[in-house]
Amino acid sequence: MRTYTIALAGNPNTGKSTLFNALTGLKQHTGNWSGKTVSLASGYYEYKNSRFRFIDLPGTYSLFSNSADEEVARDYIVFEKPDVTLLVLDSTALERSLNLALQVLEMTDRVIVCLNLMDEAKKKGIKVDAGKLAQKLGVPVIPISARNNEGLDTLSEQLLLMCTGSIRTTPYRMKYNERLEEEIAKLETELKLIVGDEYPARWLAIRLLDGDRKLIDTLKQKLAASDRGGMIYGAAKALGSTNR
Amino acid sequence: MEQLKRLEALTGSIPADQVDDVRESIVGELFKKSRELCAEAVTVTDRERLYRSERLDRIFTSKLWGFPIMLAMLGVIFYLTIAGANVPSSMLSSFFGWIEGYLTAAFEAVHAPDWLHGILILGLFRGTAWVISVMLPPMAIFFPVFALLENYGYLPRVAFNLDRLFKKSGAHGKQSLTMAMGFGCNAAAIMSTRIIESPRERMLAILTNNFVPCNGRWPTLILLASLFMAAGFSGGVQTLVTASVVMGMVLLGIVVTLTVSWTLSKTALKGVPSHYTLELPPYRKPKILNTILRATLDKTIYVLRRAVIVAAPAGVLTWILANIYIGDTSILLHFVQFLDPFAKALGLDGFILMAFIIGLPANEIVLPILLMGYLATGSLTEVENMFALKQIFVDQGWTWLTALNMMLFSLLHYPCGTTLFNIWKETKSFKWTFLSFAIPTAIAILVTFIVAQAARALGWV
Repeated sequence: MRTYTIALAGNPNTGKSTLFNALTGLKQHTGNWSGKTVSLASGYYEYKNSRFRFIDLPGTYSLFSNSADEEVARDYIVFEKPDVTLLVLDSTALERSLNLALQVLEMTDRVIVCLNLMDEAKKKGIKVDAGKLAQKLGVPVIPISARNNEGLDTLSEQLLLMCTGSIRTTPYRMKYNERLEEEIAKLETELKLIVGDEYPARWLAIRLLDGDRKLIDTLKQKLAASDRGGMIYGAAKALGSTNR
Repeated sequence: MEQLKRLEALTGSIPADQVDDVRESIVGELFKKSRELCAEAVTVTDRERLYRSERLDRIFTSKLWGFPIMLAMLGVIFYLTIAGANVPSSMLSSFFGWIEGYLTAAFEAVHAPDWLHGILILGLFRGTAWVISVMLPPMAIFFPVFALLENYGYLPRVAFNLDRLFKKSGAHGKQSLTMAMGFGCNAAAIMSTRIIESPRERMLAILTNNFVPCNGRWPTLILLASLFMAAGFSGGVQTLVTASVVMGMVLLGIVVTLTVSWTLSKTALKGVPSHYTLELPPYRKPKILNTILRATLDKTIYVLRRAVIVAAPAGVLTWILANIYIGDTSILLHFVQFLDPFAKALGLDGFILMAFIIGLPANEIVLPILLMGYLATGSLTEVENMFALKQIFVDQGWTWLTALNMMLFSLLHYPCGTTLFNIWKETKSFKWTFLSFAIPTAIAILVTFIVAQAARALGWV
């Protein structure tokens, strides 16, 4: 049986751990407050003869290097390259959630978006057009309610399809102002020559322009490690923390 | 190495002075796009309902009502825990007493040697039975109620209310969240301090976390409060007094937390509190049944298993120490007599201090060890209910001062072994781990000493 890796990303308190528990049957501590998950937890879930390994990333508002949490989440998505990054959005606070979604879409093609807390949005009189969003973002968008186990079958199906390569995505890439775009384009070509298809060159270019020292350091470590013949080297240190 | 050199050259070519502009325009564009997408995909039909959380927040976090509501909630939780736990506790302990009778009869029937009966029944079985009957009922009430509040979204409001107090003592506002976790388990709370980014403030949170009573210490506090502090009352009033005393202990713990944080932030951990944004999530009606089940199954059983795993060997150890003689006194008694003069100065006795020392691995076992210590000295009473228990204490010369000081010592003393281990794991520093042991211990000794000396000088005991 093949095992696919799925990373759960999203803002704090959008129900990542609840979804994680619902799928894996594990018992991560859940609670209605930001910052509850401080370390990576992983658990397994079997669906139609495939195994998914879920990684519950810490919730973050952005993926710049503002704090250790953000670095852990970002490094995992870019450097560990999960088969799918599952973005968990809060349907009742979509604007804020989308902010992070747009950043993740710059980093990887393999994204599925789920609109969590649909039950609550409905109660509050908020309607979200998932089809429209899917079309705009260029990736599957699935409405779910993790705590009521709603929409999880559709989600599992989509996860499997993406893992087996049956879904092609055309993720929306942010456009910036002209001057910035020019510089991004220049750097992107250069970076492509250096990292090839190993890492997302456009995104790296943006991070370089943003002066993200920590990312550059991590990238150097990775490149040095691959020279020594092991991609995984260095990752274990940054991601060493697990629950218990 | 080729790639590295080129990357180096590339990063060197980027001008550093425009970085701020870049970040600003990136973030600006992100926000613009998000708003645009929302405008297209989201429709709001009922604006009124959107603001319900805000209206509730105006009450829960108001300057006037915030604290009273918080204290009232805490009070209600304690009252429910204590009122609800009494009956099942005594039912459980008579149940175990009943089983013990049969086990003893079985041992006699097969002519098992006395020492075997001693180790297995009087040590292992009795110790474990005590832990279960004293700990299970309050935990089975406290954890689910706490989890309901947590899932409803009340914890961040507590943090919001307490924020000003923590800021004033030089600590981080999120420390109140890690403190709240400490009510469940200090060891787990140490892990949760990772939400505090600044190392200085995180260290404050780690060093002071122990001052909120964890699940291992609740039963001690509740039991002693109901036996000694509320003894003069009966019925509902008794529960109320017990709850008030326990709540007083918790508030004292918070005051000590703030004081120690303040002192440290003026001395060893100097600095100004950093700014942070605290998100107040919308109130969510918890899945009630689900939450109760989860909290009961996970937390309660986890805690209990740990208690039994540690309590069983400790029970055996205590029994062995109490029954191996050097000269005409047992090892345990030698130890107790050695500790006694110092313990007496603190208003305790040698047995209590011995129980705290042997109980280092887990606070859950302090009380059972103490009882085993007392019972092993000859006055082997059959303990059928809570109030027979009081007789054991009184026979050993306990007064209200002994009970009060044991509660204080339990609240303030060093963290349990697991917590210390986690502190070492998180700080990787021998010095800070030692300080997190030494500071609470010094405070516990100082406070109990002052209380004992003052009470004696004033002729209250």
